[in-house]
Order: sequence, then C-alpha cells, then structure tokens
Amino acid sequence: MKLLRNILDNLKPDFEKGGKFPWLHSTFDAFETFAFVPKTTTKNGAHFRDALDMKRTMTMVIVALIPALLFGTYNIGYQHFLSLDPKIGFFDEIWNNLWYGILKVLPIIIVSYVVGLSIEFGFAQWRGHEVNEGFLVTGMLIPLVMPPDVPLWQVAMATAFSVVIGKEVFGGTGMNFLNPALLARAFLFFAFPSSMSGDNVWIAEKADAFSGATPLAEMMAGASIPTHSFMEMLLGVMPGSIGETSAIAILLGAILLLFTGIGSWRIMLSVFVGGAVMGLTFNLFGSNPYTQIPFYYHYVMGGFMFGAVFMATDPVTASQTNRGKWIYGFLIGVMAVLIRVVNPAYPEGMMLSILLLNVFAPLIDYYVVDSNIKKRIKRWKMKGGENV
Amino acid sequence: MAGINFKLIKNPLSKENPITVQVLGICSALAVTAKLQPAFVMALSVIVVVVFSNLIISLIRNTIPPRIRIIVQLVIVSLLVILVDQILKAFVYDVSKQLSVFVGLIITNCIVMGRLEAFAMNNKPFDSLLDGIGNGIGYAVILVTLGIIRELFGSGTLWGYNVIPQSFYDMGYQDNSLMIMPPMALILVGIIIWIQRARNKDLCEK
Repeated sequence: MKLLRNILDNLKPDFEKGGKFPWLHSTFDAFETFAFVPKTTTKNGAHFRDALDMKRTMTMVIVALIPALLFGTYNIGYQHFLSLDPKIGFFDEIWNNLWYGILKVLPIIIVSYVVGLSIEFGFAQWRGHEVNEGFLVTGMLIPLVMPPDVPLWQVAMATAFSVVIGKEVFGGTGMNFLNPALLARAFLFFAFPSSMSGDNVWIAEKADAFSGATPLAEMMAGASIPTHSFMEMLLGVMPGSIGETSAIAILLGAILLLFTGIGSWRIMLSVFVGGAVMGLTFNLFGSNPYTQIPFYYHYVMGGFMFGAVFMATDPVTASQTNRGKWIYGFLIGVMAVLIRVVNPAYPEGMMLSILLLNVFAPLIDYYVVDSNIKKRIKRWKMKGGENV
Repeated sequence: MAGINFKLIKNPLSKENPITVQVLGICSALAVTAKLQPAFVMALSVIVVVVFSNLIISLIRNTIPPRIRIIVQLVIVSLLVILVDQILKAFVYDVSKQLSVFVGLIITNCIVMGRLEAFAMNNKPFDSLLDGIGNGIGYAVILVTLGIIRELFGSGTLWGYNVIPQSFYDMGYQDNSLMIMPPMALILVGIIIWIQRARNKDLCEK
C-alpha cells in the first residue's frame, strides 16, 4: 500500500497543470482515487457525509455480482457439455466446465470494460471532468445480461451505444435516465435479434440435436410447465443469459446489497409483489397454459430475479422518493409478467418493463412530491394557517 | 433588384437548417428514410412543393386577405402536392407505394407552411423562390444523409444494390435491424444536431 502511495505521489506532479502530461490529468486522477479514498472534502453547502464514496459503493455492487458471475461461468460450461452428452451430471466435469465458461465469459467482460472505459476516459478528458465511476458496475452488468455466444463486436457496439447515447449525451454518471446495461441489451435485442433471441443462443456452441430453449421460450411456445423443475430453475441449472440463471446466487448478492444499504429493499420487495399480483391475476382470469403457472415460477424463469435485484435498484434511474419507489417497483413487476404472458413477440419482459419504468420514474417522483405538498398545505389550513 | 441573395440559399443549409435547427419536418424524416431511394424521392418532392408554393404565394401575396391566408396557402400547397403525387404514381409507382401517405402529408409539412408564413407572405417572388430552394435543399441534405446511413447499415445496400460484400457476412457481420426502425432515425438526427452544434457554438442555447 505504502509503495503504491509513494509511486502515485512521485508521478503526481507530472499530471498537474504545468507538468509533462496535463492533458492526462483525468486519467491519473481516476486511478489515484480508485486506489485511495481522496482526502479532499466539499467546502461549502450542507452535505450528508457517508463513509462510502461512489467508488467504494460501486466496488460493493461488483462484489455482490460475484456469485452470479461465478455460477453463470460454471453453468455455461455445464450446459455446453450437457448438450453434447445429455447424461452428464452437474459435478462430473468441474474443471472442464469452469475452464470452458471462463473462455466464453472473460472475452465478453474484457471487451465491455475496454470499450466502455476508453469512451468514459475519452469524454472525461475532453470535458476536463473527473472520470466517472459508474461504468465499473455497468461494465460488469453488460456481460451478465448477454447470451454466452454473443459475437464480441456486437458487445463492443452495444457498449459504445449505451455509454455514448445512454449516458454521455446526458452528462455522464448520474444524469442518465435509462439503465445503461439494459440499454446495451435492448440495443442488441432490436439491432441483432438473431444473436439475442431464439433457441440457439443460450447454450454456447450447443450440439444441433439438443433443444436449447429457455423456460420462457418453452412457455411461450405453449408448454404447460417448463421442462426444468422449479428446483433446477431456482439453482440456475438451465440455459439463459450469463448471469441471470441462478436465483440463489443472485439472492446472495441481494443480501449483501441490502445488508450494506446500497440496494433499496423497497424496490426489490415491491417488484416481487408486483410480479405476484399480476401472476395471481392471470391465474384467476387467464385461459391459456402460460397464465396458469404458479406466480413464483416467474421469479425463477429468465431475468426477473436479476432485474429486480441489480437493474431496478440502480439508484440513478429509479424513483428517488420512498413512496415513488413502491409504485416504481410494483409497476415493474406487473409489467414484466404482463409482457411475458401477453406479448407474443418478446419472451422476456423484464428488460422492457424496467426501461419503461425508468422513463416514468421522474414523473412518479413529481406526483409523489406534489401530493405531499398538497397534503401539507391542507394540514396547514386546517390548523387555521394563512393561504399560501 | 440587387442580384441573387446567396444568403437565402446558404443559411438554410447550415445555421437555419429546417430539420436540425428549426426541428421541423421530423415526422417524414423518420418515416421515409429507411431506404435511400424513397428518401431521395421524398426530398425531391418537398423541394418542388416548397419552391413553387413559395413562388406562387409570393406573387399573389398582396391580394390575399389576411384573415383567410392559411386557407389560400393550403389550397395552393394541396394543388402542388396532388400534382407531385400523380407524377410519382405515373412514373415511379413502386417508390410511390413505399412513401404511401407521406407524400400527401407534405401538405401539412411544417417546413412548407412555415416558409409561406414566415417568408413568402412578406417578400418578393424571386427572393421567395431562392428561399424555397434553400430550405428544400436543407431538408433534402438531411433526408439523403439519413437514407444513406440507414440503408447502408440496416440493409447492407444502397439504392437497392448490395454494397457490403458477401465475404463480410461470411465473417460474421450482421445487418443492424435497429437502423431500419424509426427510433434509430431519431437518434441519428440527434447525433447530426450534436455534431453541428459542436462545430458551430452560436447554435447552442444559453
């Protein structure tokens, strides 16, 4: 630690004004504050201080993503070998599974980080800002919502699109109104449907004879119940995007997020409540098999769990007020199940429902604040206060 | 008469561009630019309509009673649009079918009405003609640019001919189907506006 500090201190003058590389100041600053909590404090105005700054918060989210990432990596290998030999057991080929998964996932992660960070650094340098830390998490979320076989140039394109159009044009981290990772996925979903949907993309290099349909796709095709059991889907032993399959691994991350207070429990809970309400409504009134599955199946199929824990709770794009968070989360759950069951074109509704509610979040906040103001005016008048 | 006033043609091309600066005519710019050919034909039609309606309105501007001027303008614009529509149907029927309702909607195109109200009603015929040419071309430039980008990346063709070689597809290249959808046209217009404002700081709002 001391050594690193000394190296940074020695290098620092070169990057200040008048040094050798003043134009690289933002880049240097980014690495220095990544390694050490900056000592400077805000001088004026009232601020709530917290021991966690932005970079430390983001690191915590990355830690929360690790279980899903590890399980996803292993599962890719397992699904691949399972498609070649349907009799293989989950623990039969541990190292082969892991190694194969790493070979698939690592390039996607590297491409996502390299492309995204170089754009972030470029923009920060160009504007003379500090480098924003938001991409640390986005760069990890993007690979986790991709299918294992996605071409790398498409990952690069989607990352560039989401960082530039989704974030930088609005002013960088904290200014975006759409979740950048989901925007990257939505971009690929509409731009290159053949590598983002269908039955052939969810298992890496699968054998042709093996059905690679996800539980969502099976339900869509009219099955009365997915071929994977509830337990398998809960554990995540099924084809799907890299990080989304295992509800258990995601819940481990959720516990960390809730324990550290980084993720909002109101949003997570209300997403699940919303999904349950819509699922039960379909059970009552639905006519086809898809509407009749128990509501908790929706939690473990596809990206519902991943979206509820890691996407919907994104503090920038979610509602800010507490009552707004309840409404926001509830509607995400409702819309996700609604799109899944009713819309014939998209098997997965979580991505679209979160993006939709991202757009509505400021409106929800506006009315929550507005109704609070009205209520307080009314109370003021009841106490005999003057007209405002 | 002081000769040709080149500003009338030059300004609408860049700093008074009807689409990127005045943000008019966005609807048709999103709808017809998925392919280059319809975009080009549409641009040509709008040029014809805006030039001639500007000229005609300017010629009769002193005889139009102010209270019914919008109706009079509409009649003349409709007349020109119907003429254009019939000519398209007669000579380029396929393109006319692709453009469908958008040729008829030139009547309500804000660029046409806007130029009539803002310019032709108060200016001499020759100046109005130049203004029409300038604005028409300003609109056409954006439409054709969008058409080229969207068709090249969305379908891999230009004017219906394959441009991207088969070897690219064999290597794993895919057409970007988002390019064919209207939302991407809106994003592209936004990017053009971004580039334009980055180059010309006068256009930025305070």
